[in-house]
Amino acid sequence: MLELAMGIMLGLLGLGAGCAMIAGIGPGIGEGNAVAKACEAIGRQPECKSDVTSTMIMGCAIAETTGLYGLIVAILLIFVAPGTFTGILKDAIK
Amino acid sequence: MVDYGLIAMMILPILACIVLKVLFTPAGEGVQIAGALVYVEIPAPVMNLYISESQVNSWAVMISILGLCLYLTHGLTAKAVTRRQLIAEWLVEKSEKLVKDNMGGFFAEWGPFIAAIMGLSAFSSLICLVGLFSPTGDVNVTFGWAILVFFLIMFYKFRGGFWNYFKGLFKPIPVFAPMNLIGEIATPVSMAFRHYGNILSGAVISALIGSALTGLSKSLLGALPGILGDIPLLRVGLPAVLSIYFDVFSGVMQAFIFAMLTMLNVAGAVPWDAWNARRKKRNKPEIQNTAA
Repeated sequence: MLELAMGIMLGLLGLGAGCAMIAGIGPGIGEGNAVAKACEAIGRQPECKSDVTSTMIMGCAIAETTGLYGLIVAILLIFVAPGTFTGILKDAIK
Repeated sequence: MVDYGLIAMMILPILACIVLKVLFTPAGEGVQIAGALVYVEIPAPVMNLYISESQVNSWAVMISILGLCLYLTHGLTAKAVTRRQLIAEWLVEKSEKLVKDNMGGFFAEWGPFIAAIMGLSAFSSLICLVGLFSPTGDVNVTFGWAILVFFLIMFYKFRGGFWNYFKGLFKPIPVFAPMNLIGEIATPVSMAFRHYGNILSGAVISALIGSALTGLSKSLLGALPGILGDIPLLRVGLPAVLSIYFDVFSGVMQAFIFAMLTMLNVAGAVPWDAWNARRKKRNKPEIQNTAA
């Protein structure tokens, strides 16, 4: 009984971690748009290349935040949650 | 003579951290993904206090940055002749210009604070190049810095009077109050998680690639005779190239972004009109922030 419950729990944790990383799609699209626009701007005005580049990298790093939230959730699910839930399961099934 | 002492002050804390880590790392095989090692556990009434690798390493980084600053500024002369004085002057000028450009003239004295945040953050991330655990890969450290910045933001928001700040939460309509409150708290949380997530993801990916290459070379080159079969030859090279992005670029970038967000958040938090109105009531001169 405990083995079955543990197996289901670990499998679902892995699935949850995978689902959490769907959050990576948003920053990918957003940063792609930002870089495309930055390339356009540099093409139009090559003299302000350094300003555009630094602003773009800054914006990209900020846009990355939502993806990182998903990553943190996934890492917590993989490395931290099994330890917590194993204790709860063992208490529940005696 | 003093120079040698200061150079030792830069290097010795890092060496001591490496020795401490080697002594405390449990015997095991291969690459492990684990949090900070706990060195000492102090019993306390509510919750035990842990002195972990991240605290020890961040104090070592602080001592070593202090040594670096003292080394760069030792023996200053009115006319710059030595190389290190030129470096020190360049650093000071750059940080003051960055602060003045982003925060305006009113915050001109904030250069040292911003430079300290940036230097501490960058060196804490870069310490993983010598094999130590990055203090910034621990959420407690970055959260501490973010809470410090949060208090600074709150201090400047209350300059316009507590009532003025409280009214601002209910704008544009009172229904938005919970969302505005969450927005206030989200600033330090997002700053801390951004920094921590970037460094931690780099560390995790490096460890995964390392263990994958170890397994690959064990299965491919394991048949080689003698000691050649035991050395993971495929791990030579590739992790170092990836480390340039994940450790060096990402760490320095996040340090810059943390400092930049600190500047923008603090400078954007000041309610100039309300503050000047309050100062006028008390017959104090008006404050003008020269163009940011």
